Amino acid sequence: MALSVREYRARIKSTESMKKITRAMELIAASRIIKAQQRAQAAAPYARELTRAVSALATFSDVDHPLTREEENPKRAAVLVVTSDRGLAGAYSSSVLKEYERLAERLRDEGKEIDTYICGRKGEAYFKFRNRPVVQSWTGFSDQPSYEVAAEVGRALIDSFLKEQGEDGDVDEVHVVYTRFRSMLSQEPTAVRLLPLEVVEDEGRPAESELLPLYEFEPSAEEVLDALLPQYVQSRIFFSLLQAAASELAARQKAMKSATDNAEELIKKYTRIANQARQAGITQEISEIVGGVNALADANAASE
Amino acid sequence: MTDDHLHVELVAADRTVWSGSATMVIARTTEGDVGVLRGHAPMLSLLTDAVVEIVRDDEDEVIIAAADGGFLSVAGDRISILSEHVVLSEDIDIDEARAELETARGLLPADEAERRLRRAEARIRAVEKAR
Repeated sequence: MALSVREYRARIKSTESMKKITRAMELIAASRIIKAQQRAQAAAPYARELTRAVSALATFSDVDHPLTREEENPKRAAVLVVTSDRGLAGAYSSSVLKEYERLAERLRDEGKEIDTYICGRKGEAYFKFRNRPVVQSWTGFSDQPSYEVAAEVGRALIDSFLKEQGEDGDVDEVHVVYTRFRSMLSQEPTAVRLLPLEVVEDEGRPAESELLPLYEFEPSAEEVLDALLPQYVQSRIFFSLLQAAASELAARQKAMKSATDNAEELIKKYTRIANQARQAGITQEISEIVGGVNALADANAASE
Repeated sequence: MTDDHLHVELVAADRTVWSGSATMVIARTTEGDVGVLRGHAPMLSLLTDAVVEIVRDDEDEVIIAAADGGFLSVAGDRISILSEHVVLSEDIDIDEARAELETARGLLPADEAERRLRRAEARIRAVEKAR
């Protein structure tokens, strides 16, 4: 018990204000998460209709499009990492980055070089600190991404994918690493290959019984495909960004909840120690007084 | 389909703008205007930046929206109109669209300017039609 009661009191006070802050952040994250989920739901119809259209095209025409073509000898892969802009979200950003490292290692083992694209300030800082090259990064929207941003990211990725092999900045594959929102309690860092497109997806795929109608394409199947596939890619990126946003908020809420709990524990502990210290002070004072009285009494007895 | 309506969904990238039943949909594809009635053959076509009109059946109301490109897909009396941006005529700020038209006129490079020009024009036309 090295410190005085006054110092413990000060500590309790500062822990209390910290608790207030983390509590507020927890509540904010909790309210935003609902919004983020609603946004994800609102974006679902577009993705579903696009997927329908793409699978219709895939069934009725021979899909041979630059975006679906596999390079015979892939040499470079682009990886888009979706991280958060702000910290205080527990292990959110670091687990995405860990997933990225795993994917990067696998790709390197396959003999591919890696171009990194980043969303979010945390990822940017991670690469800057390690002096690792980043091709392009986008920041400032991690908790509420707009479709414009997704479209911009999509365009950049598609552009570099469509370049011929050997051209500067060409990539033969595009991967996305983001955090999938499973539930409030579990978010899972996931790596998916975005390009070349594997057209038929499990999610939102029409059931077997629902036969796709024989579409007419206007002006032509190729032109529709030309316009449709980039949109599809952008919508997939938008989907990942929305999922990542919801996951970030959920992770932040969880982190802030445990911070609040810890602060509570600390306050309890400090209050106990402070009380002990105060009690010890009182005891010491009493024993000093008693000791003084005894000494006086002894002195008087001796003098008589 | 048992009922004699078209089911229409007007979907933007981040939300469903309008959905409901209708008797006719008029949209402008890259090939020209199309009107879709019930029983239309399945079709998937590209839209230009233009006005989309949806004639509703229950009341004599016409939903007018401006779409920035996108797709029209028709299948079994279900129509979906997909576009990155869709604005209903009542949500369009006409003054803003006019101002955009003016700035786009003086803009270079030409193709970017033209795209913005077409979008602004589509918005203005949507508002004028809705009147």
